[in-house]
Amino acid sequence: MYAQMITSEKSSDDPELLAAFQARIDRGERIEPKEWMPEGYRKTLIRQIGQHAHSEIVGQLPEGNWITRAPTLERKQILLAKVQDEAGHGLYLYSACETLGISRDELFDRLHSGAMKYSSIFNYPTLTWADMGAVGWLVDGAAIMNQVPLQRTSYGPYARAMVRICKEESFHQRQGYTIMMKMAQGTPEQKAMAQDALNRFWYPSLMMFGPSDKDSVHSAQNMAWKIKINTNDELRQRFVNETVPQARYLGLEVPDENLTWNEDKQGWDFSEPDWSEFFAVLKGDGPCNEERLGARRKAWDDGEWFRDGLTAYAEKQAARRKAHAAE
Amino acid sequence: MSKKEWPLWEVFIRGQHGLNHRHVGSLHAPDAEMAINHARDVYTRRKEGVSIWVVPSAQITASSPSEKGALFDPAESKVYRHPTFYDIPDEVGHM
Ligand SMILES: [Fe+2]
Ligand SMILES: [Fe+2]
Repeated sequence: MYAQMITSEKSSDDPELLAAFQARIDRGERIEPKEWMPEGYRKTLIRQIGQHAHSEIVGQLPEGNWITRAPTLERKQILLAKVQDEAGHGLYLYSACETLGISRDELFDRLHSGAMKYSSIFNYPTLTWADMGAVGWLVDGAAIMNQVPLQRTSYGPYARAMVRICKEESFHQRQGYTIMMKMAQGTPEQKAMAQDALNRFWYPSLMMFGPSDKDSVHSAQNMAWKIKINTNDELRQRFVNETVPQARYLGLEVPDENLTWNEDKQGWDFSEPDWSEFFAVLKGDGPCNEERLGARRKAWDDGEWFRDGLTAYAEKQAARRKAHAAE
Repeated sequence: MSKKEWPLWEVFIRGQHGLNHRHVGSLHAPDAEMAINHARDVYTRRKEGVSIWVVPSAQITASSPSEKGALFDPAESKVYRHPTFYDIPDEVGHM
């Protein structure tokens, strides 16, 4: 997902405190920043929320790529608004993460040094305008699948950020789907472009949920802490069930010859993505890893003089006010 | 890395005329003026507000979770502070 394969940190805290903490979570209480929490809970959340925030920020790059080339002024405005929303999502999440005792600059540092990850999906290129459709429809669609349950996550600031994000996310998916509709109903070349975008984004979207974790101890701990609500397989299945009819409506073919309706489970059987590709992309060997991280680092470094300039100005103003007050 | 991280601000938004300002989140900005500008962009992209307050996070004093009992438990036994504590006969009518 936007946070993939979150390994759970162990806690070496007092068992009595741990049990009381778990009881609070089991009662459905929200944990707030200054309250006692196990060290493992805190660290795991920093990893998860941080990775989620990084994904929102890096996720602007493949779409930002098309803002200047959107086919109409209206589409340009829509894409700009969508990308701006993603910046907002990143900021909500960074501030939620900061309540756990890490600064935003430190989080940026960890992203830029490669110590922290962002979602594998953003390491794929966006080659045509139809990709803007596929990204909104599938990538934001997959993100929604994961984010809706997270509104009930146990950590208060994270849950509240999710509520905000979910409110804004549905526009993202719908604007993407309407791009796909336009393309699929257009000329044969446009329809082929839409099909090609679906072909390229289908499996990477399925990978967003991460490999099966039904037997993972990390996943079990994170679920007990309610910082993970569903297994990866559950969410992936839901996503496929929702998406297949949407693809059919477009008259497009889901690129999976094993796709069959399973009456018993009332869902689609489908092929797993190539997990070796997923691990390679996570490790840094995706088609765009270097480009994405390079763009992030450059933006951060190029903006340094500006950030420092504003700080210097603010300090000067504050000093002037102080001098005035003293007169 | 920059020399200094921009300070953190807490953002409060009045959603509609007549309502209280409500805490919506936080953000980084070099000074109060920029904090308002950022708050506009981060928290009111869809007309969520008619007024914004920003407060340096460092200026907020919060009650500590461990004092929760001492602060809030005393109100628990004071049921007579609620109108439902008093039985008024139906004949009296609405009160
Ligand atoms: Fe987002
Ligand atoms: Fe989105």
